[in-house]
Amino acid sequence: MAKHYRLACIRRGTAAPYHRGMEASSQDRGMPQSVADVKESLEGVGYLADEPAALVAYLALKLGKPVLVEGPAGVGKTELAKAISRATSRALIRLQCYEGLDEAKALYEWNYRKQLLRIQAESTGEGDGDPTWDHIFNEEYLLTRPLLAAIAAPDPVVLLIDEIDKTDQEFEAMLLEVLSDFQISIPELGVIEARTQPVVVLTSNNSRELTEALKRRCLYLWLDYPGVDREIEIVRLHAPELDEALARRLVEVVHMVRQLDLKKPPSIAESIDWARALLLLGADDIDSSVFERTMSIIVKHRTDIDLVADRVGVKLGGPQLGEAAG
Amino acid sequence: MTQLPPGLAPRLVAFCDELRREGLSVGTSEILDAFEALQTVPWTEPADFREALAATVAKSQEDRRAFELLFDRYFFRAAEAEALDREVSEDRRYEGSERLDLDQLREAIRQAIAEGDDGEMRDLARLAIAAFGRRGEGSGVIGVDVQRIRRTLGLQTQPRPDAEEEALDRDQVARFERHLRRELERGLIERTGQLPPSRPLAELDRALPTSPAQDLTAVHRAVTQLKRRLATLGHEQRGRRRGAVVDMRRTMRASLETGGVPLRLRYRPRRPRRPEIYVLCDVSTSVTSASVFFLSVLHALHDSFRKLRSFVFIERISEVTEVFERERDFRVIAERISREGGVADVSGYTDYGRVWLEFGELIAEDLDPRSTVIVLGDARTNGREPHAEVFARIADHAGRTFWLNPEPRLYWNYGDSVMAAYEPHVTAAFECWTTRHLENFVNVIAGGKPLAET
Repeated sequence: MAKHYRLACIRRGTAAPYHRGMEASSQDRGMPQSVADVKESLEGVGYLADEPAALVAYLALKLGKPVLVEGPAGVGKTELAKAISRATSRALIRLQCYEGLDEAKALYEWNYRKQLLRIQAESTGEGDGDPTWDHIFNEEYLLTRPLLAAIAAPDPVVLLIDEIDKTDQEFEAMLLEVLSDFQISIPELGVIEARTQPVVVLTSNNSRELTEALKRRCLYLWLDYPGVDREIEIVRLHAPELDEALARRLVEVVHMVRQLDLKKPPSIAESIDWARALLLLGADDIDSSVFERTMSIIVKHRTDIDLVADRVGVKLGGPQLGEAAG
Repeated sequence: MTQLPPGLAPRLVAFCDELRREGLSVGTSEILDAFEALQTVPWTEPADFREALAATVAKSQEDRRAFELLFDRYFFRAAEAEALDREVSEDRRYEGSERLDLDQLREAIRQAIAEGDDGEMRDLARLAIAAFGRRGEGSGVIGVDVQRIRRTLGLQTQPRPDAEEEALDRDQVARFERHLRRELERGLIERTGQLPPSRPLAELDRALPTSPAQDLTAVHRAVTQLKRRLATLGHEQRGRRRGAVVDMRRTMRASLETGGVPLRLRYRPRRPRRPEIYVLCDVSTSVTSASVFFLSVLHALHDSFRKLRSFVFIERISEVTEVFERERDFRVIAERISREGGVADVSGYTDYGRVWLEFGELIAEDLDPRSTVIVLGDARTNGREPHAEVFARIADHAGRTFWLNPEPRLYWNYGDSVMAAYEPHVTAAFECWTTRHLENFVNVIAGGKPLAET
């Protein structure tokens, strides 16, 4: 049974309760000691977490519970998961959700081509003469998909289930087994248990109410757009050459734009992009002409552009007035 | 692991009970999670303690808001009850207030509010209460006192032309008021030696702060959901199973049971087709208050659906699809519709019968089982012929017809409302004048009304 190296912890037959945190000793390495630790290590990989985010990340690592992160688009929900993966040097396994996602694409699938070949080989007498039913339903013929891959990984990973609100409720129900017991039942095979505790991060844009059952199993974190001061820090972390006063001006303009009713308000990543663009252009202030030329970086819809130019552009003043910065 | 101090556990359970009474669904498993979480953070750090508790028991933004309010109240009361129990009191609490005169105090408070330091604000709130008490203006009713103190201190949030001081940030002043209230309560508890009865949160406090822009956003959110529901609902079973595509992958998988011979074909599930939507919106005076809401619904619908045609009507009907497609700003749309709609003839009273006749002529040929008709109106015909049979024909041609009425169900069919004439022909009729109703509408049609669901 040399092929069993990948999914060594398959248990056949009935499922017995599995106790989380059993392997505590093997996971203690790299385990943060305090919230401040987490905050610092996240900062070390370029993610400025606020107090609640750092705390929830800490709890997730400590308790091994999945985290449900909600908030408007572009506040860094996905980035948080990536940052945790970088900070803990765990591999990131990502499952992008969409309408119609099913278990064949999320959990596992039988490699039917290979199975067919096997059956045909048996019938023509080329096989090893053991045409038992069990034979074609073992791990050799199993294709792992993100969820199974995360469960079966030999080293602890970070599992990111992105935009869970895009799937339907049936899919959520299927996730429950994975999230609460970190195991997957495959009817033909038995139960596959996690050997290590993955950190699970689920993100949602709040486009649909998630089920109580799913929420019950998760820690909850609401991420919102950061305040002016924190966003300045974030922008300056990613565009360090940017002048402090200009960064402040930029963030204030972005905040002004977010106040409007737009199809897509600018995300944090777009603030950073804008900052970098300004650096490239060598702009030392944001006046109406600079704004006009570069605002397509933060506003992406034609109708939004009109609205923003109308409401924000005029407030910025002409180039000759732009002496505030510097 | 830090151990929780004894005595905290029962309090936490009682706190979770209080959360439940306010409608949060806190399960036993969540309480266990909370305990587990609180053992990993030092309970002496108030911010961490609060966040850890919130992350485990408050699972949505609304829940979180209620949590914040209850957390403050519950632990304040718990601490006060304990103090009463052990007969601890602060004799020297207002020390130093004699030396401050009102002007100095006012200046100090303005500064503390501007800087937003909680500790400072709390101390100053105590001083203010003491100074206020000395002047003998206390009424004994906390709400009244808070307002009186605020007025005496001249803390206004609206910029006034005659005031030389600039206006203060509203949120900060609210925070100062909270401190005032808290300190007054503390004083009251100490004087009377008992806790006032606890009351459930007022609905007003619980609601998230909203502004018109946010309302519009809420409408947009509900409409996004609506889009998903309409796109996936009810169409699957329409028509015959012809033109189905064989799903190779699943057929092969199934064939394994028969030794690799594909005996049973598996078909690919049919993708739902994009719905065509016709929205008819009443903009007459009887629905003035609702029509702004309806127009914003229409506005949001246009953002989400490409195959959407919208109409406004009073006495006549007029297509405004183009206006919505061209204009983005909601106010401009409202103006243009009222200017160019040309829907009021003479009287300005709604004439549903005529509207159906015109709509039928204009559009009946385009309607097919894939189209959805949504009517936004109060069905008040002002005594004119309702022409329900024409409406029935329209509803018959369309796949589904929904009626959203801006009046409470109670008022339907009273006066000149002829809802009863139309209701049998629609797939479903809803009362709808808030975003909550709109969401309800979305949920109900998502819940699978008796539509072709097998």
